[in-house]
Amino acid sequence: MGKKGGNVGLALVAALVAVPFVPLTLWAFAGEWRFPDLLPTAWSLRGVAHLVEPGGGVLGATLNSVLIGAATAAASVAVGMPAGMAIGGYQWRFKGVVIFFILLPILVPPLASTMGVHVTFIRLGLADTLPGVFLVHLVPTVPYTALILAGVFAERTGELEEAARTLGASPWQAFLRVTLPGVLPGVAVAGLFAFLISWGQYVLTLLIGGGNVVTLPMLLFSAASGNDPVVTSALALAFALPAVLALVLALRVLKPGERAGGFVGPGKFS
Amino acid sequence: MSARLELENVSHRYGNDAPALEKLSLAVEPGELVALLGPSGCGKTTALKVVAGLLRPTAGDVRVDGRSVVGTPPERREAAMVFQKPLLFPHMGVTENVGFGLRMRGARKEEAGRKADEALRRVRMEGFAGRSPGELSGGQQQRVALARALVTEPRLLLLDEPFSALDANLREEMRDLVLRLQREGGHTTVFVTHDQEEAVVLADRIALIFDGRLQMYDCPEAFYDRPATREVARFFGATNFIDGRANDGSVRTPLGDLRLEGTAPPGEVTLTIRPEAVRLEGGENSFRARVSSTSYLGTQVHYELRAAGTTLRAALPPHVRLAVGDEVTARLPATSLWVLDRRF
Repeated sequence: MGKKGGNVGLALVAALVAVPFVPLTLWAFAGEWRFPDLLPTAWSLRGVAHLVEPGGGVLGATLNSVLIGAATAAASVAVGMPAGMAIGGYQWRFKGVVIFFILLPILVPPLASTMGVHVTFIRLGLADTLPGVFLVHLVPTVPYTALILAGVFAERTGELEEAARTLGASPWQAFLRVTLPGVLPGVAVAGLFAFLISWGQYVLTLLIGGGNVVTLPMLLFSAASGNDPVVTSALALAFALPAVLALVLALRVLKPGERAGGFVGPGKFS
Repeated sequence: MSARLELENVSHRYGNDAPALEKLSLAVEPGELVALLGPSGCGKTTALKVVAGLLRPTAGDVRVDGRSVVGTPPERREAAMVFQKPLLFPHMGVTENVGFGLRMRGARKEEAGRKADEALRRVRMEGFAGRSPGELSGGQQQRVALARALVTEPRLLLLDEPFSALDANLREEMRDLVLRLQREGGHTTVFVTHDQEEAVVLADRIALIFDGRLQMYDCPEAFYDRPATREVARFFGATNFIDGRANDGSVRTPLGDLRLEGTAPPGEVTLTIRPEAVRLEGGENSFRARVSSTSYLGTQVHYELRAAGTTLRAALPPHVRLAVGDEVTARLPATSLWVLDRRF
């Protein structure tokens, strides 16, 4: 495909992504929009006002979502890093079996496993709490971060670390000064993935949070089942914003066209 | 500062594979440059990694200045290694790369930077301090890697085929650089290579390794003049082998009785002579031969001579012009004949 064709294709994809946001944006700022008008006949900031209303609960829910998402991202990377290092960096027996078990939370329907988790969390006093919701969000995120980081570590040969060791670096120094800076783009991508998965969680939050822990998706779902398209659209826009930001950030970090940081084909794991 | 290195019966095997290294014993004197030479896969890199501490030998002892270092991790061996690839840290600049070892030893940033710049001057890379590794050519990167190893003032300098990825001109330049640095710094150096010429040019002594076993450990001249075995002789380009029966100072062969310099133990022996040592003249140890093939190499002409069912190779200056089928008189000077399979 020529450069021009590529640009047309890019524009098409961009349009495909952007089109759903058009009615959403229109609704979010609509004052009056009745059938069969093509555009709203009056505009208002009622939806936006609802988002930032001090007692409206949206700010609190956003804060909850950000807190849980950030904690989930950090913990997923912390857990996924050693796992990814073991899978990607070393050869050992029964590796396939272990990879299967790491993938299991993605394969099993979350409802099925979370029922059991719920019972345990009630016993531990974690049900209906923010820490409980954070912990259950790790169930779907850790497999992804572990696999992304496995791909990152599989690209490394260990030679740079060997060079560092003969120059006087201890294993820890070699990891902190050589390995970590090398895998940082991949770690950032894995963290962003985990954040977005957590950000979009509804079912797990509802089951474990029991309505006590209110996050943005909870508000969005209840608004969607209500009868106010203006508020729903405003919420939906606020909900989509971090995903767009994350995507832009990830593209910055990965610098597409230079090399594909953390993504592996399935071949490496079969 | 530079240390004496001893390997005693060092063996290593990876998993259940055949041993990569089998009872390797050799000593490197302080300030000496020793080449570990051998075909690829012969275990020479394994030996170097054992010395660096990156591999633990399955048996045997490694001593530096008489003290065993087998249990010492690489970072405390002061054995800096330069690898086949430059392996510069991609997220650091050239100066930071060179200063890395000093920083790991607790040096302050300014001090490490100052010494790094000095080391870069020694490898003639002073103009590149502010660059990032990706902006340098392969040869320049390898110079920086050399500076990075030297700046730590290592007791042992370990070089693992550092120039094999460079083109011929650059390789020669790098050899000269290593020789100069080694003379200036007096580092005890172990240099791994599969290139016989490189080993001969660089090394004070060569350790020739086949299949994980040490074949011969001596100065470069000895590999030409006094090869230990047929394999050693062949690796160094001696292709003439004459079987015979020794009797005091001469050997009875199909080519006639060949007189030796000195004596050989009585019994079956194999003689060797380098192609360059074969003369076309009469006299002692001479015989009639027929030219069976010629190949012109510019500075030399290689001939195959047939005599009494034996084929001999002779390398002669290009002004000697012989054709296939020519009858000549060939002479094998006693001073150039060497009896093989003498154990040292």
